[in-house]
Amino acid sequence: MLLIPCPYCGERAESEFSYGGEAHIARPADPEKTSDADWADYLYTRTNTKGVYFERWMHAHGCRRWFNIARHTVSYDILAVYETGAPPPKFDTKSEV
Amino acid sequence: MSQRYRLPDGGRIDRTAPLNFRFNGTALRGYVGDTLASALLSNGIHLVGRSFKYHRPRGIFSAGAEEPNALVQLGTGARSDPNMHATQVELIEGLKARSQNCWPSVDFDISAINDRLSRFMPSGFYYKTFMWPAAFWMRYEYIIRHAAGLGTAPTGRDPDYNDKTFAHCDVLVVGAGPAGLAAALSAARTGARVILVEQDAEVGGALLGLAGEKIGGKPALDWVAAARAELVESADVRILTRTTAYGYFDHNFVGLLERLTDHIVDPPAHLPRHRLWKVRAKQVVLATGAIERPLVFRDNDRPGIMLAGACQTYLNRYAVKAGQKAVLFANNDGAYATANDLAAAGVKIAAIVDTRPNPEGPHSERAESAGLPVLAGHAIVGTTGDKRVRQVRIARLNDDGSAITGEAQEVDCDLLAVSGGWNPAVHLLSQARGKIRFDEERGTFVPMQTEQATHVAGACNGSFGLASCLTEGFATGETAAKAAGLSSKSRRKKTPAASNETFLPARWTWLVPSETPLGRGGKHFVDLQSDVTAADLKLAIREGYRSIEHVKRYTTTGMGTDQGKTGNVNAIGIIADTLDRPIAEVGVTTFRPPYTPVTFGAFAGRDVDDLLDPIRKTPMHGWHERAGALFEDVGQWRRPWYYPRAGEDLHKAVAREVAAVRTSLGVVDASTLGKIDIRGKDAATFLNRIYTNAWSKLEIGKCRYGLMLGENGMVMDDGVTARLGEYQFLMTTTTGNAAAVLQHMEEFLQTEWTDLDVQLTSVTEQFATISLAGPNARRLLSEMTHDIELSPNALPHMAFTEGTVASVPARVFRISFTGEMSYEINVPASYGMAVWQAVLTAGERYDITPYGTEAMHVLRAEKGYIIVGQETDGSVTPVDLGMDWVVSKKKDFVGRRSLARPDMLKPDRKQLVGLLTDDPQVVLPEGAQLVERALPNPPMPMIGYVTSSYGSPNLGRSIALALVKGGLARKGETIFAPLADGRVVPCTMTDPVFLDPEGERLRG
Ligand SMILES: [Zn+2]
Repeated sequence: MLLIPCPYCGERAESEFSYGGEAHIARPADPEKTSDADWADYLYTRTNTKGVYFERWMHAHGCRRWFNIARHTVSYDILAVYETGAPPPKFDTKSEV
Repeated sequence: MSQRYRLPDGGRIDRTAPLNFRFNGTALRGYVGDTLASALLSNGIHLVGRSFKYHRPRGIFSAGAEEPNALVQLGTGARSDPNMHATQVELIEGLKARSQNCWPSVDFDISAINDRLSRFMPSGFYYKTFMWPAAFWMRYEYIIRHAAGLGTAPTGRDPDYNDKTFAHCDVLVVGAGPAGLAAALSAARTGARVILVEQDAEVGGALLGLAGEKIGGKPALDWVAAARAELVESADVRILTRTTAYGYFDHNFVGLLERLTDHIVDPPAHLPRHRLWKVRAKQVVLATGAIERPLVFRDNDRPGIMLAGACQTYLNRYAVKAGQKAVLFANNDGAYATANDLAAAGVKIAAIVDTRPNPEGPHSERAESAGLPVLAGHAIVGTTGDKRVRQVRIARLNDDGSAITGEAQEVDCDLLAVSGGWNPAVHLLSQARGKIRFDEERGTFVPMQTEQATHVAGACNGSFGLASCLTEGFATGETAAKAAGLSSKSRRKKTPAASNETFLPARWTWLVPSETPLGRGGKHFVDLQSDVTAADLKLAIREGYRSIEHVKRYTTTGMGTDQGKTGNVNAIGIIADTLDRPIAEVGVTTFRPPYTPVTFGAFAGRDVDDLLDPIRKTPMHGWHERAGALFEDVGQWRRPWYYPRAGEDLHKAVAREVAAVRTSLGVVDASTLGKIDIRGKDAATFLNRIYTNAWSKLEIGKCRYGLMLGENGMVMDDGVTARLGEYQFLMTTTTGNAAAVLQHMEEFLQTEWTDLDVQLTSVTEQFATISLAGPNARRLLSEMTHDIELSPNALPHMAFTEGTVASVPARVFRISFTGEMSYEINVPASYGMAVWQAVLTAGERYDITPYGTEAMHVLRAEKGYIIVGQETDGSVTPVDLGMDWVVSKKKDFVGRRSLARPDMLKPDRKQLVGLLTDDPQVVLPEGAQLVERALPNPPMPMIGYVTSSYGSPNLGRSIALALVKGGLARKGETIFAPLADGRVVPCTMTDPVFLDPEGERLRG
């Protein structure tokens, strides 16, 4: 069970959180002008990273805030925590893997 | 027979506290301090069970958690536990244990014929069997399950309770042997919060089973006692004995199983039997010690054959001689310590058989000077003795140890102690993704790298000498504390002196040759619990398996409850030799939790019965109970299902309740509906985006039905939302979806539309909701309020107002889920019961009838109203439901774009229709499949299924709703429902609204 550092509450057990999947998947600004393929991509396509992965979590049994973390999918190390809307931190992914 | 193998003195048992127990019905005696295994051995009992596959007689093999053979059924009735390690069960007065996997008895077991049929049970036997025609499957499974069983799970209710707890610490030390005690001491001396875990009843680890060890010039156990005393005195140290660290999970989360009452005859009621600890440790020190491994030689599984270290432990800790006349078989120096101790205790040493041509090492030298008979460069090539080893055959090995030379000699014995080296107990390290490597010198896998905040010390780290254990333990404890953030102001003491002898030097032998080819005339067991032999491993390799993971699964090596604690490294060695590859290349299989079995009860803890899941009750729940309601679970809510009167079944009660609503007046407790208060300047804009229809122009004081989609275009919820003010709405959700809807809306507000000024508050439990429905609804309500104007003009259908009802402040919504004139009255939850009772009393003149969820479902189905989750299943769009009327064409909303995807526009999607059986008396079962044309036998193409189905008292016939391919365009056509009982029911597709399609009743 992960120990997740909520940016608003501090470290809490994973069982307090909801998982929100990959971060930085922007909703198309004008859905009507988005092609079927691009819309399907937005809905369903997610990367399956071996290495640093940016993902969303929500502190469901705490402050109920959404936020992003950068987690290494091999070591499960949480390398960064940042607010929704902030750009993903940079990692030299080669040295991390 | 009274403990004739017990020494007159010594050991850590309490001779003043004798205990009576029974094994397979025989009354026996032991002492406080015994395990079941040591007590059995003291009575000369080795034979304790039959093996898993071949039903061969098996004896006590080890003295600890690694035991593969001595699994027993403990206790009787509901308080009975299968597969208990006799080597870990503490003896208590009146204990009852029996052998498993034997019938009718352990001495005479019918399935032992499996042993002689063993050439028909090669490796992969189960897979090969199951390749046969499917019809044979069931028969084989039945036979296999009965023949190859472990213990029996009790069927009675668990009479005990178990508990769970969380803990946090700076340093968790697993194992309280010399290294673990030292680590705990040095960590504690920095002021760290320490948890020290020991699976045994007392601390000391391997030292408890050794004789003559000294630490700091004094008996080692004196040091253990002093260390324990210091830890007990330390404020922030918790010592958990009888506690197993069974799993090491992510982010230093470690699961512990504490056994609180298994060793107590009449446990006090306040104690749970087991307690599951969920520990989050900043740093973990693994001091889990090492496990001795046996040698793989012909017929190495008889009772009386056991690990050398175990013999030593039984002798020194329990004062039990495992035999009178012992043979030792070893490839290392360490086993000689057992020979020396046994000889000193008066056991005759018939031979020490050593595969090493030139035995070296301190223990060997002592044995030699004591004149013990050593056969160097020899091996045991066979054993005899049915229920107890009686004789061994010994032969000389050739130079490389691959074959025997010359004639074998026979030596009588009643005990054969074996040692093939020692394996660090790296299970937890491996669970925590730590890496291990094969070390040629020590002949085993040792830790190489940790992936979490893990430290390893002592024998677990491959440091087998006592002095190394202490040095490493002290150093590691301090390192771990420092890593946990403690400054190292440890009151540093000098590490006490100790000997550093190990079991080395050794000569690694993976497979001991015998006089006949492997697999003929005897068995070389590798995994005793799973009954896997060296021949099985070689067969798997001949059949093409190469990966250790595949060989493991094919042969079932290491797949018993012991996970191959004694067998795995030998298996890897044999596979490497057979493939002619280095062991490092063959690699190891992954260790998985639990280290030793954990009871289901411990995982369940107190989360059973009423505490399994929270039960949510409305403020009126007590009234429903007194009214004799039967309840149904809707999510966590407990809702009245129906209110039977004397002599009524579900059918009759629902018919009465439904009729009352249509003819006079019904009342339902709708408090469970989700209620979300939505406020903010952008509340209307927000609803526009969340719901499929438009909200900006909804007047204050009006309500609107809304449909909510997921971004994939599928219906996720529906409900009525009222505009309470310019910037305030009250949304209702379905009972089961309230939390999901709130989370869905919060997600969009926080992650997509962060510019919107909207606040969401769940108010479900702040209000009680009383819903009146029926032609007399207005009359009753007007009698209960003096300040609410109820005329159809003042409060029309889909309008909202505020005032008082029964003198209580109330919000009144004129909305309907029944198709009747209906008012939903929201009052503060604390007034719910009072207003409900007032309504029931005032309604008597209208014969007001409380109705439950079943009647509600019938009433809404008569009107063709959907229930999300019944007519929808996450794959249904508003178009499929024929609900385009609620989908705006002018604005974007969540899910809109998906509705235009090609798959969503296909005409053959399953669509909602009403379904009328040609015979009005037939009520279709919900879930019934629908076909175009009924064929005599399945399979036949299915075109849809029934989602809701009831007998409708108001219509005098059955009605149903169904999802049917292309159904919207097929109304009037006939399709068929072939039922499980053979009937084929013809039905006609219709509009889903069966009653009052114009809506005159609800507007009245
Ligand atoms: Zn939080």
